[in-house]
Amino acid sequence: MTAQALVQVLASGLLMGLIYALIAVGLSLIFGLMDVVNFAHGEFLMLAMYATFGLVLVTRLDPVVLMPLVAALLFVLGAAAYLGVVRFAMRAKANQGMVQIFATFGLAILLQGAAQYLFTPDYRNVPNSWLGGRTLDLGGIFLPWPQIFGALVSLAAFGGLHLLMSRTDFGRALKATREDQGAVALVGIDRNRVFALGWGLGAALVGLAGAVLAIFYYIHPQVGASFALIAYVTVALGGFGSVAGALVAGIIVGLVEALTAVILPPALKSVGVYALYLAVVFVRPQGLFGRL
Amino acid sequence: MSETPVTEPLLRIDHVTLRFGGLVANADVSLAVPEGQILGLLGPNGAGKSTLFNLISGTYRPSEGRIVFRGEDITDLSAPERCRRGIARTFQVPRSFDSMNVLENVVVGGFARHATAAAARRVALETLDFAGLGHRADAVAGELTPPEKRRLEVARALATEPTLLLLDEVLTGLTPSEAKAGVELIRKVAARGVTVIMVEHVMEVVMPLVDRAVVLHLGRVLAEGHPTEVVRHDGVITAYLGERHRAA
Amino acid sequence: MTAATTPLAPALARAEASHAARRRRKLIVAALVFAGLAALPYGLRDVYLQNVLILTLMYAALAQSWNILGGYCGQVSLGHALYFGAGAYATTVLFVTYGVLPWFGMLAGGLLSAAVALLLGYPCFRLAGHYFSIATIVIAEIGLLLVHNWDFVGGAMGIQWPFNPDSWWTLQFARDKVPYIHFAIAFLALVWFVTWLIEGSRWGYWWRAVKDDAQAAESLGVEVFRSKMAAAAVSAFFTAIGGGFYAAYVSYIDPESVMSFRFSLLFALPAVLGGIGTLWGPLVGAAILIPLTEISRSYLGGGGKGLDLMLYGILVMVVALARPEGVLSLFRPRKARAEEATP
Repeated sequence: MTAQALVQVLASGLLMGLIYALIAVGLSLIFGLMDVVNFAHGEFLMLAMYATFGLVLVTRLDPVVLMPLVAALLFVLGAAAYLGVVRFAMRAKANQGMVQIFATFGLAILLQGAAQYLFTPDYRNVPNSWLGGRTLDLGGIFLPWPQIFGALVSLAAFGGLHLLMSRTDFGRALKATREDQGAVALVGIDRNRVFALGWGLGAALVGLAGAVLAIFYYIHPQVGASFALIAYVTVALGGFGSVAGALVAGIIVGLVEALTAVILPPALKSVGVYALYLAVVFVRPQGLFGRL
Repeated sequence: MSETPVTEPLLRIDHVTLRFGGLVANADVSLAVPEGQILGLLGPNGAGKSTLFNLISGTYRPSEGRIVFRGEDITDLSAPERCRRGIARTFQVPRSFDSMNVLENVVVGGFARHATAAAARRVALETLDFAGLGHRADAVAGELTPPEKRRLEVARALATEPTLLLLDEVLTGLTPSEAKAGVELIRKVAARGVTVIMVEHVMEVVMPLVDRAVVLHLGRVLAEGHPTEVVRHDGVITAYLGERHRAA
Repeated sequence: MTAATTPLAPALARAEASHAARRRRKLIVAALVFAGLAALPYGLRDVYLQNVLILTLMYAALAQSWNILGGYCGQVSLGHALYFGAGAYATTVLFVTYGVLPWFGMLAGGLLSAAVALLLGYPCFRLAGHYFSIATIVIAEIGLLLVHNWDFVGGAMGIQWPFNPDSWWTLQFARDKVPYIHFAIAFLALVWFVTWLIEGSRWGYWWRAVKDDAQAAESLGVEVFRSKMAAAAVSAFFTAIGGGFYAAYVSYIDPESVMSFRFSLLFALPAVLGGIGTLWGPLVGAAILIPLTEISRSYLGGGGKGLDLMLYGILVMVVALARPEGVLSLFRPRKARAEEATP
């Protein structure tokens, strides 16, 4: 393999890794807030892609422009999922862990069915977008513009998230709630409200990822499942609940996947990622940046 | 082995230190517990009583020092292995198996020494009766009243047929009459030849019960001796009794 | 404890006797239920309904297998498709390639799966809660990807069973599906009986203790890690037997049709729906879930509209939220439920 080919692989892996980080961070945020794994996370991504697709058809605007609107829609979906489903799952007195898993799985199946009902199981893609199909030529290294854009959105989102967590009252409430749920009630923070907003925020982040992904990836009702597994691996690798961990782990996952695709048949590109994840959690169950 | 069984205590804790990161939970603690005694382990909150229990029962491994039980170094044994050698414990906050009924909870203890269900159940039934919970055998563990839960903890531990029983605040939070019933149960246990170490806050209840008292403070042994001597110890009075007497 | 020869107090003797009677009664009820099921196919000639019955019985048995690890021992595996696939592939490859009868193939698949479960359990059981569940999903997915790219077992193409005359030897019945119903009942009865046996044994008590409170269990002499390993091995063994049966029944397998994630979910759901860690929960759950999904797929699923999926998803959510202890808990004594309702 030439040096140039290696740089090509690493650059593509890095861009995809940043997008993986953006897909995963919402999941990690929600887990850090309330110890719940959202097994419908992939379906949130899938719906964001369909939302982008649908809005493009209706408004004739470009996905880049529609991105904030998609994020806002997903915010509503996330908050509604918490208020309508997860809130009740957390009240279960028996088998709480299992109730959370299966309640969010049920939601995932419902959303998949709804997508199939509304959009049919056919493969869709967003036609004629500004970035779709264009590549940047950096002296023989070709980088697709949609991925570059996605990586930039991801970096901006992580920057914004950092500011939000450190500079705003909402961020401080989020932090306080994740530190000590009992204590926040005493200082007058409405736990339910923080949780609902946290779910909204987590979903809005995966909404951004969906809008980006819709530019260069085909859309179908099961598309979320494949990305969801990568997202769980990313979050577990980085450490559940850690935002910085999601970023670092996302980049690692992107790079490992790109390198695996060079060594193994492309169909096995995820195997390298999964193997790395298992190797890490078997040695360090809490992930790279997680607390136990 | 050079130990002679006559002088060797049942349990010997030898210069045991436990650190969590930079935090020292137990510092150079040494204790010897002769067979047949009821030992009171006293001290204010955070004195290291519960961590010492966890060290003896095998939940934690000491950073330094060793623990010898019946002449055998058990420092590196797992909790279940220690249980089979005769160490049983209760937990400060009762931790019943809530998907099971009372009898089944105790049967789990019975399986520590008996492989067959019939034998384990028999031990469990006898133990339940002995602990005064026979009438609640069919109740779901989660439905018990707090004093009943404490009793279940003791019964479950007793079903493992221990030679050393560690009781973590089994009398705390009970009404005077419940506490009195609890004291009677502990006396009954000791009368069967089981050595007892009990962690307790309520001095008044413990003092007449125990043969010897050890006061821990900030992870160290502060005083040790006959209960009547210990309460007169200057350091104990300032470190512990001054505040605790009022609280109790 | 005092000499074990002294007679028990009368009240305790009564408790012991009633316990033995309860255990016996469960066995009698089971014998009646399974005998009744065995008579069912003779009044059921419709091929479609026979298929639904076979699937229901099979998933009941598989859910009971999952229940051993997930329900009794509390380790929520979402990767049991791996063992199901291992059973299906072992049976198929041994039969199609080497001419080994499916009966032995299933046994081999079961033993293989149990060995794999022990091997994977070693690192996995260090993980707790969600961490464990996610690791099991990922491991099953690795298995799926590897089989997909393994030409010896047919790769993505899969393997077709050869056509043979109907026979109990080869477990192939092209004309009449009734033998499959009987096999599925026998399989279900076997898993049920093994679970019943274990429930009354040391392992059964240990598993439940591990699920409820592992640390308290350890202090009572419970070998927590060994308990999880034993549960995983037994659970994987029976899941693989089910895989072998399924392969014989559908007579064609490929990676997606026996190893995809939806199977892992389908093994867990009936147990969760009916009541985890119970003898009858998986059967009750499967009897509700499988006919409902199969029938809704036939009537609502036309053209891939997704209505059947929506119904299924809603059902799963409602069950998880409304009856976290499963449908069976509805039949528990009233007093227990009243106290459960008060916080």
